[in-house]
Amino acid sequence: MLKKIRIGASIVFFTLITFYFIDFREVLPHRFHILEEIQFIPALLAVNLIILLAILLFTFLFGRIYCSSVCPMGVYQDIVAWFSKRFTGKKKKYTFSKAKNILRWSVLVVTFALFFAGFTTLLGLLDPYSAYGRMAVHLFKPVYMAGNNLLASIFTSFDNYTFYKVEITLLSVFSLIVAATTMLVIGYLAWKNGRTFCNTICPVGTILSIPARYSLFKVKIDTTKCNHCGACAKKCKASCIDSKNEKIDYTRCIDCFNCLGSCKQDALSFTARPMKTGHVRKEQEVDAGKRRFLTTALTTVATVPVAFAQEKAGVLSGRTSYTRKHPISPPGSISADHLLHHCTSCHLCVSKCPSGVLKPAFLEYGMGGVMQPRVYFEKGFCNYDCTICTEVCPNKALKPLSVDEKHRTQMGRVVFVEDLCIVLTDGTNCGACSEHCPTQAVKMEPYKDGLTIPVINQDICVGCGGCEFICPVRPYRAIYVEGNVVHQEAKIILEEKQEEIEIDSFGF
Amino acid sequence: MDRRDFLKAAAITGAAITLKMKGGMDIMAQTVTNSQSGSKVDLVAVMGGEPAAMFQRAISEMGGMGKFVKKGQKVVVKPNIGWDKAPAMAGNTNPLLVAEIVRQCIAAGAKEVTVFDHTCDEWVKCYKNSGIETAAKGAGAKVVPADQESYYRTISLPNGKRLKNAKVHQAILDSDVWINVPVLKHHGGANLSISMKNFMGIVWDRRIFHSSDLQQCIADICTMQKKPVLNVVDAYRVMKTNGPQGKSEADVVNSKALFMSQDIVAVDTAAAKFFGQIRNMPLENVKHLANGQSLNLGTMNIDKLNVKRIKM
Repeated sequence: MLKKIRIGASIVFFTLITFYFIDFREVLPHRFHILEEIQFIPALLAVNLIILLAILLFTFLFGRIYCSSVCPMGVYQDIVAWFSKRFTGKKKKYTFSKAKNILRWSVLVVTFALFFAGFTTLLGLLDPYSAYGRMAVHLFKPVYMAGNNLLASIFTSFDNYTFYKVEITLLSVFSLIVAATTMLVIGYLAWKNGRTFCNTICPVGTILSIPARYSLFKVKIDTTKCNHCGACAKKCKASCIDSKNEKIDYTRCIDCFNCLGSCKQDALSFTARPMKTGHVRKEQEVDAGKRRFLTTALTTVATVPVAFAQEKAGVLSGRTSYTRKHPISPPGSISADHLLHHCTSCHLCVSKCPSGVLKPAFLEYGMGGVMQPRVYFEKGFCNYDCTICTEVCPNKALKPLSVDEKHRTQMGRVVFVEDLCIVLTDGTNCGACSEHCPTQAVKMEPYKDGLTIPVINQDICVGCGGCEFICPVRPYRAIYVEGNVVHQEAKIILEEKQEEIEIDSFGF
Repeated sequence: MDRRDFLKAAAITGAAITLKMKGGMDIMAQTVTNSQSGSKVDLVAVMGGEPAAMFQRAISEMGGMGKFVKKGQKVVVKPNIGWDKAPAMAGNTNPLLVAEIVRQCIAAGAKEVTVFDHTCDEWVKCYKNSGIETAAKGAGAKVVPADQESYYRTISLPNGKRLKNAKVHQAILDSDVWINVPVLKHHGGANLSISMKNFMGIVWDRRIFHSSDLQQCIADICTMQKKPVLNVVDAYRVMKTNGPQGKSEADVVNSKALFMSQDIVAVDTAAAKFFGQIRNMPLENVKHLANGQSLNLGTMNIDKLNVKRIKM
């Protein structure tokens, strides 16, 4: 029964999360981004205390249910393991293995130490939610879109426009490789040994192992019934049941409940009651080395941000001007620096952007921000009234913006290279830039011979890139946007209410 | 049936289809040439009514929709849906007008009515927020996308001066007749956007227009063989400044007018003169009008035409 509930919950979470990621037609309402917000690392980086406490409390009560059903990467591994069992036959057996404590704690410490030092790439790579998000965006979504296009071509040949064709673009070669590698490596581990990733590498798994160890409800072995047959251990995809010694490593148990039904002796139960044990628990056996290691590690993690904050203060008090060729960080990101310290590159924003202007960076933000989203204007420009990316970001790396706040957010400033402009070089009308400018920061003013030429006002520019996107001049555009290192406030010119114009004749 | 019979039957069917199509083309050619004669109403200007009512009045002055749309024809109604703007912003054609035209086409016996535009903002948002998708579908039209290059086919423009060919949306190319339904508005580049400028929404690559003399390219695309049977200019709300997108409703004038003609240069000239009452706009600044006239697309001399002026 418990296993069935677990499988049911896993399917619901996994399906909805995956579909929300790939759903380019916006079938699922935006409130489903709650499924991303309840993920551990996003909640941690967003300092979402309610969610964090809820996850920790839940783990204290019931163990690592989060890892079992809520985490999409966990469920992905279960699916792979399930297929593995189908293909390799009933012989598929797991065996108990010792916890790789040094490894997993080292990974956790190194990941967070680097994160606090401004190198977020590693946390982004290892956070199971973000890693899964990239798989969904770069691998599953193109397949889904291709399927849609196939249906679209079939339906449109019958004059039915329920489906429409969509362009499948390669957003980033690097992110695609990372996503594919993640899928293959974690998939391989899951195929061979079940939840290896969760219990040796995953930083979330390692963190949750602590409350899980002391959780109220646990799978317990009734030693008076147990005959050490090892049937349960063979079913344990976390390899955490030591049947011989009648012990379960609760730091690694992910509450899949597969063992419960496997016991012919009825010796296993998920309960809060203490079990009769055959021998004295060796809780007092302390691993001094581990304890020392943990203390050192936690101290390091605690002090790095302080050191870093001091360094950062120096940068902040400096200038607000931008460097040429600085990447444009997405709306709500405040600054590339804020993005660097909050974004784990799940690419939900990249997937949800209706205008296709977000794509994963490579080295534009430096080594620490590889794969974080940046704004580019090859495929389109940022819609003036659109705030979707800021609404869906579970890490709050992009702070939610209202439409009004978005109108006042300047992520970059327009630069006009008059010498290259068609109006000047060819003496013909153009105005494509101004046409696309929502604030008229690029405005056509009288030039000569009835021609108009762009005149820019950087103060009211929001950096949407409409001008840069449409400018027909090649190879170098006559107008482009330079990113703001720190987003500025765009001034809004309130138009004075003009007198009502009454027209009562045709004029010809 | 032996093979010979089959081939005969196929040949006859084929010939019949060709005939039918040719007939369709003739009817179209006729309606266009008729307008040059001047014997009937060439241009209708209506003021002071609601969008649908003004259209009803104008089309009946022109002899009814049945003159332009025949039974069984495939019709395209091409509004301006360029921007992700609500109707009150006047960035797009009025949805009520689009719906009324679709309804009348169907009433005239059109087999199907298709509505599309190659938008500037993201097309799903434009179609939705302009109110046109809902209105057109409600009136019985098929609303099709235009955001992919695969929907477009190359046509040659032998009469174009700068533009010698262009990729045009298949809906237009596959239609029997099409109706051009622009909105009158200010335009930073072309100075005004009316019927001729609305042609840019049927082509794929518009950057080439901007980079090779916008005003000439606008006239050039209008030389394409399949011309609209009717141009209906929506001036119910007019964006007088900051066009073609507009910043706020302060850019909009509630002018409540509509212009209709088969002569695209004439109807745009009329609309431009109307706009000139709101804000100074010399016709020579809207250079594509003169360019169109010299390509024999129509006349700017509307005083020579039989113009019907109606105030409601």
